[in-house]
Amino acid sequence: MTKIFDEMWGREDALRAPYSQFGQWFEGEDPARLRAKQREAEEVFRLTGITFNVYGQAAAEERLIPFDIVPRIISGAEWKKLTRGIEQRVRAINAFLHDIYHRQEIVRAGRLPVEMIKNNEAYLPEMVGVTPPGGVYTHIVGIDLVRTGDDEFYVLEDNARTPSGVSYMLENRETMYKMFPELFSQTKVQPVSQYPRSLLRSLSACAPSCAEGTPTVAVLTPGSYNSAYFEHAFLADQMGVELVEGSDLRVVDGRVAMRTTQGYKPIDVIYRRIDDDFIDPLTFNPESALGVPGIMDVYRAGNIAIANAPGTGIADDKAIYSYMPEIVEFYTGEKAILQNVPTWRCNDPESLKYVLDNLDELVVKEVHGSGGYGMLIGPTASKKELAEFRKKLEAKPGNYIAQPTLSLSTVPIMTKAGLAPRHVDLRPFVLVSPEGVNITPGGLTRVALKKGSLVVNSSQGGGTKDTWVLED
Amino acid sequence: MRLKIAHETRYSFSEPVRYGLQQMRKTPKSYRNQKVVSWETSVIGGKKELQYEDQHRNTVELISITPGETELLLRSEGEVELEETNGVIGPHESLTPLWLFDRQTPQTKPGPHVRELARSLHGREGLDQLHALMSAVAKAVKYTAGASASDWSAEKVMEAGKGVCSDQAHVFISAARLLGHPARYVSGYLMLDDRQSQEAMHGWAEAHVDALGWVGFDVSNDQSPDTRYVRVATGLDYAGAAPVTGTRTGGEEESLSVAIEVAQQMSQSQEQ
Amino acid sequence: MLGKTAGGLFWMYRYLERAENITRMIETGQRIALTRNQENDDEWASVLQTASVDLGYFEKYDELSKDTVIDWMLRDKDNASSVMSAVEAARNNARQVRGALTHETWEAMNGCWMRLKELLKRKVNERDLPQALGLIRQRTALVRGATHGTLLRNDIYDFARIGTFLERADNTGRILDVKYYVLLPSANAVGSQLDNVQWETILRSVSGESGIRMVYGHNPTPRDIAAFLILDGRMPRSLYFCAKKLQDNLGYLAHDYGETATSHDLAVQLGKRLKERSIDEIFDIGLHEFIQEILIALGELSRQIEVDYRFYE
Repeated sequence: MTKIFDEMWGREDALRAPYSQFGQWFEGEDPARLRAKQREAEEVFRLTGITFNVYGQAAAEERLIPFDIVPRIISGAEWKKLTRGIEQRVRAINAFLHDIYHRQEIVRAGRLPVEMIKNNEAYLPEMVGVTPPGGVYTHIVGIDLVRTGDDEFYVLEDNARTPSGVSYMLENRETMYKMFPELFSQTKVQPVSQYPRSLLRSLSACAPSCAEGTPTVAVLTPGSYNSAYFEHAFLADQMGVELVEGSDLRVVDGRVAMRTTQGYKPIDVIYRRIDDDFIDPLTFNPESALGVPGIMDVYRAGNIAIANAPGTGIADDKAIYSYMPEIVEFYTGEKAILQNVPTWRCNDPESLKYVLDNLDELVVKEVHGSGGYGMLIGPTASKKELAEFRKKLEAKPGNYIAQPTLSLSTVPIMTKAGLAPRHVDLRPFVLVSPEGVNITPGGLTRVALKKGSLVVNSSQGGGTKDTWVLED
Repeated sequence: MRLKIAHETRYSFSEPVRYGLQQMRKTPKSYRNQKVVSWETSVIGGKKELQYEDQHRNTVELISITPGETELLLRSEGEVELEETNGVIGPHESLTPLWLFDRQTPQTKPGPHVRELARSLHGREGLDQLHALMSAVAKAVKYTAGASASDWSAEKVMEAGKGVCSDQAHVFISAARLLGHPARYVSGYLMLDDRQSQEAMHGWAEAHVDALGWVGFDVSNDQSPDTRYVRVATGLDYAGAAPVTGTRTGGEEESLSVAIEVAQQMSQSQEQ
Repeated sequence: MLGKTAGGLFWMYRYLERAENITRMIETGQRIALTRNQENDDEWASVLQTASVDLGYFEKYDELSKDTVIDWMLRDKDNASSVMSAVEAARNNARQVRGALTHETWEAMNGCWMRLKELLKRKVNERDLPQALGLIRQRTALVRGATHGTLLRNDIYDFARIGTFLERADNTGRILDVKYYVLLPSANAVGSQLDNVQWETILRSVSGESGIRMVYGHNPTPRDIAAFLILDGRMPRSLYFCAKKLQDNLGYLAHDYGETATSHDLAVQLGKRLKERSIDEIFDIGLHEFIQEILIALGELSRQIEVDYRFYE
């Protein structure tokens, strides 16, 4: 087996160019001071309230996502190449969503089997024929990338519903500025702090025609017990817009309006952080107490923009993911620049057989799962876990896809014993508006803190790092 | 034939309503064999917030109840001109793809009983199979007012062996989909031969056959719709075509009275 | 501003004020216990009563003891008006309205909560009590300082102030309500001295012991104390002072919003009621009845503010 690619040291223990200045600086630092800084950083996070609630744990429990002070560094040239691929992919996703909710040409052309859509709950019949204001479906996209070598990046998954984590991208950078100002005067790192402004601008550009003057934007949160509440509050605050809950909203004069101290005021664009199913009890789940009754009616009458549009989940469904190369080619006429991880769809009997035969070498994921739940990592699974998963696969093969275990790149983290390599992934954040695609240089680097672990999800013991894109 | 329809729904609340919405699909569709000559909706105690056409080309109106009101009166009336087509609606013309009508919903969800019913019709084909299905459902599910609950699935209805028109339609749709026919629910008005006044709208099913397109099947009357049937809304099931879906806060107890009149409108020449 | 946000600010500052008031009452109890060498803990009953947390206490405990009283008032989760409960509620409200607060204010509030949560994780023993109370004072003062130093003087600040002064007026009113009898002329007639425990409890509970000396000298009468706490416009915890502030801040809101709300009229009436009466007239009406009337008016005002500014759906 070849040696794992480390982004700081390469495969041959030679400091890679993007890390040269950081490496020099690090050499001259006292490890004890750095560890103290690490603790200081955590204190900053606590005080600022950058915490999350773990699902299934006591509601009052607020936890920190561990932050590692060693930045993940990407050269400007590497980034440029990535952004071309990301932009192509995001444009294709939007074109796909428009098509699949209108004439379904891709299905008619036989490039995507109708079975992938027909009984897929992420495909919302209520969105058929609806063209969102501005024509944008996924205003905010997070593309999860992994790296396996100098020039090898793969898309692990697309997040086209309500990707989270952008607040960490911003706060990690702020914390690094506070901790190590000297580093930033030596190394030219592309800023990320413009993100909230870009987001507001991007959302405002999608306002419906009934908006008068400067569009009114609001962030819709399920409430302060939601695991990502901090991020919702943070983004509203940074954009200077209201953070609303379903109980603040009503339909007034054919529009969605928020209850202010001076009466109801209409909203033009709503950045919702509530899942499709819960967004409107009149149209979707009638049990939902979080949503806004009638918002879908207002939406379909063209009187509000919802970001992201309902029904975008059909584009990031794990079964659809395996068709992304076809989707990119169908809508852009070009080969996909970013590679997909080879994927076996277990509803195909031959694939299922292969997967079952090679279970201990593969990663198996639930088609509709997220957050690292319901996932099997073959090489590290116990015999018992493998046997249990085998049963699940045989019972409902259509629920699963499988991928080879990639040897994810590592980036060092600061441990008591000094630097130690840990596996990472990368989620860049992409904004889409009628004005174009905007990719913030950087993103969220998640790191598996446990030695050898490949699971980077914060709910499963992952941490985060500041992600630097250099000005070359 | 021209039908004149008046539909009045009165909601009374024991306490003032603080906030309430009604999503209505009550406006008949215009299409090849059915022409809406006039149609008007009026609201007392509330307000029409907006209107749009949904993915099945249903006209949807959103009504808000005026905060503080204890009564909401919705009245729609108009005239519809119908042409006899023996239940044939025609080719599928909609952005909603035909294959989506294969999708079972919570209300049409089949189980062993529905599957068995579908199996009993193997060996037949196309329109013939669907007519046989209609009769089979009529036999298996006896029309019984008040026998079912609105959240019953097709399977549950089959188990009970009784239900109202929407239950019978759900069983038909569920089995038709199993047999490979795209199928949908239709809510509408039916002129009765013996009286004008009714207390509820009617509901039936439509299935798609290659040669003819959509064809209607009314299990409750074991026949395909004729010119006494006015199509109002269609959906994957009752919930998707429901005349009213509502939500409110305040108001407490609600009582409802519905008055529907469907009558043939004599043309001028006939009157003379 | 969202109605919910206005409500969140109102309650955040009400709870913050409450936390400070309760802390002050514990200090009062402690101080009185130290200066009077009594064998039993009876004076703590008076403290519990003054803080209006006596009913809850006796539901939970059969006996009165200094330790359990302090614990009840300081950190008991079952007591919605314990210092910890109030700080937690203030912080939860702050979390809801974060966007309306400056970073300094939020961090001061969050820092206060974090520090007190740690401090009050375990029972505080008597030896550490002064230090603990000092820390609570300091941490809540930081929130107030950040508020005064950084918040814009707009509707955000108005709702913060309205919450503060409603709670404060209510607090002073309740103290007078449960202790009115010691201020009655008849109580004085039997010739009790100024070092009446009850009087001291009252004055210390509203940080009025040095203020009253400046105004009335060393031997204030019960009538002086009542006048000081009800009518004195210089005393920042007097009913009149609070009413005036409520009137001011509701007035600013009316000005900014271009619409005078019913609650503003109520606040004006409240101010008038306090301004147009002398302390003798109040005693003529009946101190108890008068205080009751004011408390009811404060409750009405609070409810009307909720309605006027759409705190709830």
